[in-house]
Amino acid sequence: MSEAIDKDANEYSSIIETVISEAKKMGATASEVSLGIETGLSVSARMGEVETLEYNHDKGLGITVYKGGHKGSASTSDFALNAVRDSVKAACRIAEYTAEDNCAGLADKELMAWNYPDLNLSHPWDIDSNSAVDLALECEDAGRHFDKRITNSEGASVSSHGGLHVYGNSHGFIGSYPTTRHSVSCSMIGQDGDVMQRDYWYSVSRDANRLQAAKAIGEESARRTLARLNGRRIATNKYPVIFSADVASSLIGHFIAAIKGGSLYRKTSFLLDAIDTQIFPEWFNACEDPHLKMGLGSAPYDSEGVVTSSREFVKEGVLKSYILSSYSARRLGLVTTGNAGGLHNLMVKTGDKSLTELIKTMHKGLLVTELMGQGVNGITGDYSRGAAGFWIDHGEIQYPVEEITIAGNLKTMFSTMLEIGNDVDERKNIKTGSILLDEMTVAGE
Amino acid sequence: MSQHIEKASKVLFEPSGLKHADLASILSDIVAHHGVDNADLYFQDTRYESWSLEDGIVRDGTYGIDRGVGVRALSGEKTGFAYSDDISLSALVDAASTVKAIARQGEQGKIQLPFKSKKISALYQPIDPLSSMQENEKIELLEAVDAEARRQDARVTQVFVSLAASKDVIMVAASDGVLAGDIRPMVRMSVSVVVEQKGLREQGSSGGGGRVAYGYFLDQDRALNYAREAVRQALLKLEAIDAPAGNMTVVLGAGWPGVLLHEAIGHGLEGDFNRKGSSAFSGRMGEKVASDLCTVVDNGTLEDRRGSLSIDDEGTPAQNTTLIENGILKNYMQDKMNARLMGMSPTGNGRRESYAHLPLPRMTNTYMLAGKQSQEEIISTVKNGLFAVNFGGGQVDITSGKFVFSASEAYLIENGKVTVPVKGATLVGNGPDVLTRVSMVGNDLKLDDGVGTCGKEGQSVPVGVGQPTLKIDEITVGGTST
Repeated sequence: MSEAIDKDANEYSSIIETVISEAKKMGATASEVSLGIETGLSVSARMGEVETLEYNHDKGLGITVYKGGHKGSASTSDFALNAVRDSVKAACRIAEYTAEDNCAGLADKELMAWNYPDLNLSHPWDIDSNSAVDLALECEDAGRHFDKRITNSEGASVSSHGGLHVYGNSHGFIGSYPTTRHSVSCSMIGQDGDVMQRDYWYSVSRDANRLQAAKAIGEESARRTLARLNGRRIATNKYPVIFSADVASSLIGHFIAAIKGGSLYRKTSFLLDAIDTQIFPEWFNACEDPHLKMGLGSAPYDSEGVVTSSREFVKEGVLKSYILSSYSARRLGLVTTGNAGGLHNLMVKTGDKSLTELIKTMHKGLLVTELMGQGVNGITGDYSRGAAGFWIDHGEIQYPVEEITIAGNLKTMFSTMLEIGNDVDERKNIKTGSILLDEMTVAGE
Repeated sequence: MSQHIEKASKVLFEPSGLKHADLASILSDIVAHHGVDNADLYFQDTRYESWSLEDGIVRDGTYGIDRGVGVRALSGEKTGFAYSDDISLSALVDAASTVKAIARQGEQGKIQLPFKSKKISALYQPIDPLSSMQENEKIELLEAVDAEARRQDARVTQVFVSLAASKDVIMVAASDGVLAGDIRPMVRMSVSVVVEQKGLREQGSSGGGGRVAYGYFLDQDRALNYAREAVRQALLKLEAIDAPAGNMTVVLGAGWPGVLLHEAIGHGLEGDFNRKGSSAFSGRMGEKVASDLCTVVDNGTLEDRRGSLSIDDEGTPAQNTTLIENGILKNYMQDKMNARLMGMSPTGNGRRESYAHLPLPRMTNTYMLAGKQSQEEIISTVKNGLFAVNFGGGQVDITSGKFVFSASEAYLIENGKVTVPVKGATLVGNGPDVLTRVSMVGNDLKLDDGVGTCGKEGQSVPVGVGQPTLKIDEITVGGTST
């Protein structure tokens, strides 16, 4: 897989150069191209048998042209010269109809990542389909045989993907870097009485050697499933709440969405004009680390070729920076933060308590381990989502809780955070520990 | 339909000179492998475009082409799958040699030749919606929608409008002898507005579409009505009070609130989950799962609708399948593989996002049939409760049956009358339980406007939902007001 990628990098760069010169011939004043190829293998096993064997091979090319402030885009999965030329033509044609937008265009030339680091993101996994199936079977067996209350399975899967991303623009910038992503996951079904429950666990890494052992993943999926059996509802009231680390990243994700340039210039954020204001408690700090070696969210440059760099977004609870692309920055009269295409590894500074200790601190309340539905209003910060988890009393888990909702307003939820545990979920682009909140409205019985 | 096969062959095979005989030889080669029961090939050519307006001007447009072929080999419950974005004989040969490795032993499969193409009645015209309107007319349409939204109220501060179309040409060839083609148009418009009053901001949205040409948005002033509706919803939220929290009687409005059926019932009745025994509805065929008043269907045969398909992605003609009849569970939704393994018949629900995805049992247009009462009568019977008229998204855990969905427009009902609007109401419940609490069904069956997209195992497909006004005796509402 890696050999093919190395061999192809030059070929793809020359496709990009062709596109840029074709666009210029057709009257574009600027243009940019991003090209991606990905190959991979996914296998799944269920009830002790292989279930699916999937070979992935994807490629795509996206072109954006600018004629002055007029923009047009096109994409194609066919890299043949005439198909590429047709796509350039289609993009140029669209630019004849779009209105002039003074903010449209490439990122500034001096911001390009002319020298970018190797972030060690590619670790091809030399695994054939038989070995992948064996690994999935091992994982699934470990889950199914964990306990007799595990009565069924949704299977285990093993996947390995590798790709090459190439980006170039008419500033003369061209960059490429390979990435890999491997994962093992497992989902079990348990039953005690009438009601079934399912839960899952997974491991993901750029390097297969860093994946959690298949057996451990299977067992953890079973353990989590069993913990949910015989769930109850709790009485409607206000309670302290802990978001476990894997769901806490979604809570921070709502903050991220609210400080993105697009939400700000469109005025669809509940955090307008919040720069330099206190959003979180004073102990809260969050920064971006785009050059984390082997990081799942790492990138040497953003989707406009702008160099990425580490940045403090929240310092002592105060918002220090928005998340901007060159376009949203121009709309706001600011400078891009190298976040076209998104955020690269957000690290939320943790406290020193484990989840168990955090539960002891809460003493009584709700531990949320699953969130459902889309009840978040990004413009007001109103929050109301389905949830499941555990009832905590006397600092210990009492019983599983299900079929409830938790509600509040994100602004209040952020400012009334009490503590963050040290149990960071390293699988996420937003890396945070479990979060203890002062109080939320819980609707149940 | 044979006309569609001709047209589809031209689009899909002409560039590489691929022949129907090549499809037969590839399929024969796959099923000749020991242990392979069935195989199919799915060819697709998609052309799409979208235009978007913001701040009164059309700032962006995009056009794209995606072509490819998916090759699948089936062996009992096992599936081997590969795809290529190159529609050629050599790509097919490569894919065929990898997918048949799924089976290691057993009988050889049989191929049914020659291919048979059933006559199928097309549910939509084989048009190209992208070229159904001139570019400058598309721009004018977007600008007219923006102007209409701003004209509604001075508190409108932002308007976003998008217009999108696609033309999908597909062909299926399978070892069971099926050869079928389809030409599938789709258009979609979305309008979203922001309103502001005394520093408070709210957002409203609306939209619609179907398997038609762009002219659909001009007919009956549909596009302008989306603008009016988006503004109405946004302004209403400015006045809304916090939703109550706790258990109460809920009246669901007609149309889009049918997303409840989709989430709470529909997913649990998909064949794959029931074959594997992982659905809360598994093994309950013939049992009472809803009140006598409830009859729910999945109907892929409605003309021009977003969720409709003349044939599904395995070449099976669309059907109108009764899922629940007077409260009794009657049928699951099936693709070919799950139907075969469960000893049932395919129901035309085998769908895939694209050639690069495996078919799964998926919904088409899922809705509850009308009952007898008017909406006024139903509301008048509720002393205290919630009237939920419009919803955002929802989600279900098909194993435990737990579902959740968020109301984007809802009102309190007090003493049999609809009173103040509330915001932030999330409904949470249990799928196998919720329809047993339906105590009244309205006479006002309505389908949604053509905006639904359903996600399952990472694959998105367009769907429709609908229902008449429903009264549910008790459901948990998650608001902030206790």
